Amino acid sequence: METAVIVFPASNCERDACVALERVTGKKPHRVWHGDTELPKVDFVIIPGGFSYGDYLRSGAIAARSPIVQDIVKKAKTGLPVAGFCNGFQILTEAGLLPGVLMRNKGLRFICKPQTLKITNSRSMFTKAYGDKREITVPIAHFDGNYFADKPTLEKLESSGQIVFKYVGNPNGSAHDIAGICNEAGNVLGMMPHPERAIDPLHGGTDGTAFFKSILEARA
Amino acid sequence: MRAPDLFTSETVAEHGLSEDEYALICERLGREPNLTELGIFSVMWSEHCSYKSSRRHLKKLLTKGKRVIQGPGENAGVIDIDDGDVIIFKMESHNHPSYIEPYQGAATGVGGIMRDVFTMGARPIANLNALRFGDPDHPKTKSLLAGVVRGIGGYGNCVGVPTVGGETNFHPGYNGNILVNAMCVGHAKADKVFYSAAKGVGNPVFYVGSKTGRDGIHGATMASAEFDDDSDAKRPTVQVGDPFTEKLLIEACLELMATDVIIAIQDMGAAGLTSSSIEMADKGGVGIKINLDKVPQREPGMTPYEMMLSESQERMLMVLTPGKENIAVKIFEKWDLDVANIGKTTDTGRLVLTHKRKTVCDIPIAPLADDAPNLNRPYKKPKKLPVLDHDPMFDPIKRGSDYNSVIKTLLAHPNIASKRWIWEQYDRTVMGDTIDSSQSGGGAAIVRIHGQNKAVAIATDCTPRYCAADPFEGGKQAVVETWRNLICTGAMPIAITDCLNFGNPERADIMGQFVYAIKGIDAACRALDYPVVSGNVSLYNETNQKAIPPTPAIGGVGLISDLQKMHTIAGAKDGHTLILIGATKGWLGASLYAQAILGYAADKDPAHAPPPVDLNAEKANGNYIRKLINNRRLSAAHDLSDGGLALAAIEMAFSCGHGIKLYQQSEIPLYAWLFGEDQARYLIAVDEFSINPVISTAKSLGITAKKVGEIGGTRLIAEGAFDMSLKDAHMIYESWLPDYMAS
Repeated sequence: METAVIVFPASNCERDACVALERVTGKKPHRVWHGDTELPKVDFVIIPGGFSYGDYLRSGAIAARSPIVQDIVKKAKTGLPVAGFCNGFQILTEAGLLPGVLMRNKGLRFICKPQTLKITNSRSMFTKAYGDKREITVPIAHFDGNYFADKPTLEKLESSGQIVFKYVGNPNGSAHDIAGICNEAGNVLGMMPHPERAIDPLHGGTDGTAFFKSILEARA
Repeated sequence: MRAPDLFTSETVAEHGLSEDEYALICERLGREPNLTELGIFSVMWSEHCSYKSSRRHLKKLLTKGKRVIQGPGENAGVIDIDDGDVIIFKMESHNHPSYIEPYQGAATGVGGIMRDVFTMGARPIANLNALRFGDPDHPKTKSLLAGVVRGIGGYGNCVGVPTVGGETNFHPGYNGNILVNAMCVGHAKADKVFYSAAKGVGNPVFYVGSKTGRDGIHGATMASAEFDDDSDAKRPTVQVGDPFTEKLLIEACLELMATDVIIAIQDMGAAGLTSSSIEMADKGGVGIKINLDKVPQREPGMTPYEMMLSESQERMLMVLTPGKENIAVKIFEKWDLDVANIGKTTDTGRLVLTHKRKTVCDIPIAPLADDAPNLNRPYKKPKKLPVLDHDPMFDPIKRGSDYNSVIKTLLAHPNIASKRWIWEQYDRTVMGDTIDSSQSGGGAAIVRIHGQNKAVAIATDCTPRYCAADPFEGGKQAVVETWRNLICTGAMPIAITDCLNFGNPERADIMGQFVYAIKGIDAACRALDYPVVSGNVSLYNETNQKAIPPTPAIGGVGLISDLQKMHTIAGAKDGHTLILIGATKGWLGASLYAQAILGYAADKDPAHAPPPVDLNAEKANGNYIRKLINNRRLSAAHDLSDGGLALAAIEMAFSCGHGIKLYQQSEIPLYAWLFGEDQARYLIAVDEFSINPVISTAKSLGITAKKVGEIGGTRLIAEGAFDMSLKDAHMIYESWLPDYMAS
């Protein structure tokens, strides 16, 4: 499987994402520069965490208007699997690939801690490899993770199985405890937690590994 | 003495220069300086840049060792960790700015120390910070704490370097001067370490990074003076940080460093363009000529004086190989950073500045650097305090209390209670190599060298109440506590960085604290073969003539050469036996128990001598513990510090999630046994098969080892003393700081 990780100015989780992908796929991902206008031919794209463009204006707002994101939007609409972690989730909402917005955490503080998540859609292409496992623990590290959308959107997300992960013990005030959602077609996912930081026993847990395996299996 | 003709005495004084120093400037120049030159002398001769009060004492420190590649004198220290890898690290203070403007002060402190590290070619892999705040009840403490923590997080989280550890203390002595000491640890390849000596004549001098603005002018001078009630008026001297630009600068510099274009590189820290250009030229033995019109400027109309004294952040100066400038320009343009050729190295040994085609400064470099004032300030030897003897009235029962109440009081003590509220605001897991951080409750952080089976352990320590009572023993103790914390991970301690925070050196008692703390640090370094490779000195931490407690913060780094042979405190296993290594006499002088329970107030003059540090015992006990860990004899190790055996055992229980029981003993009074702070001690957890071998080997080495308890159950028990539920105790431990911040 060929994969790509997008690099914006002040992305800071691109190396972590590359390590996780290489571990699972056995191949080095393409690192794609934000100023590029076209993705290489790949089967899966990660928009990594960080503070793209300093998160000035609004988290993810400037990155969503960068040249490479225009190509990602185009290809995601034709089915290319795309996942955004943390800042990547913010960018996906700003780019309109996912509904809703991510506001400042309810406590108005940055939060970094291991977080328990409930897998609320175990059939998605991002969660299939978890099998019967329904709860996982992966780190969160964000300031703007408080998911918000209007009532009809939230209801639709719930009824159509688009909520993939929910927090167990909501850390940031997210509506419906939402930690990660996918689009209607199921090929674009955004989540605040960092599965790429839970792939090694030395991380304190490996609950993130099955996330990447799921995609590998889905694209095999 | 020659009277100043060009400037009034007020102008000279405003620049932090004495009349004598002004006269000396005139003598060195053979004429009076112009305003730009006066500004340059003022910052270079400030305490902050010249170390004029401290230099002769720092020179005595042990700075060499078989793993030391670069000791003090560069941007940061460099140590060898095998396989062609080096660790580059330093701790630095940002006290004065953080008191005036906590968010930006702390943020730019983090940014500055990271630049010191990546300037030398290292990718920063860990940040730590040692913070001291005033009395929690002081009206400013809460907002200062909130601002500092937010600033550290705001900067470190954005650049994507994990903030993995540190310490936070409260003491009324910091009411008017908080301490923000930031440490950065980076990793590089030994053949890709960069230095600041500008070698060669006629080589181009490049400026990269942010534009120069009018912020931070006179920051170095401000940091070299006491505060008074009008310190808020100094806010404009605090710099404003932009972590986004810093992140770009890290990536761009590391990309350029992979080529062979850079001859020398130096970040623009305190005193900005002035100190960076002078230090580079001085170390390379060359002169430097700069055309100030070429300096990227944030606003029009900046004067040479302002440009040279600006402390705008996220800027670097480099000397490049002629003919290869375009490689650098392309990389910086790719990262959207300003880059400009602003001058060249010369053979004149002088700093020459031109502005609008006029020479605005032409001065010799030597008097600004090596030849700067080097004072021999008078100092008074600190007086020795009496030992606090045991007294039946120290028993909680006799005081009308009980041991459960004592434990509750200590767990909710600001210097013991959990600092989760702080470290949860720091990204500790970015970069994917954090093995252990503040989260576990251990004394040292562990960060893997990317892609390898080895790691570094990092700890910062200082016990200001010991230093206040005896600067010499306190200096020793700060060093050995980092050593013990590194040992507890299984690491081999290699070297330290020191961040020396003191009051006004013009007072002989303060200078005495400084001199004797250094003697203590040096004694410990020599005994443990644990040299100082970098550091900084922050003096004038005083407000209205009230100085902070002497605070020599130490940052230690050790190597874990095999990840299979390390430990975290959380590894302690149910059913394991607790063994205490090291001799216990029950030392209570300057202890947390004496302060928090017996009421020997820390804000008054210290009353009793702190625990003496037996360096031979430290070395023997530490090396023994490390061997046990490397041979996988233990499930956990924890050093004994604040609160003695009782708190070490409880902290271990919190980390592993099991209860503990400490056995009854009758050698010394129970309160002294549980809360005494004798040094060189460790609490270790071992399985039943290891108990006898561990104790008998210790005996053969002349090391005291005693079975003192066990792990298991859900309660915290010390026979004959306390008995409470682990859960309730943990709640008390976790509640103090969030409750305080919400109150």
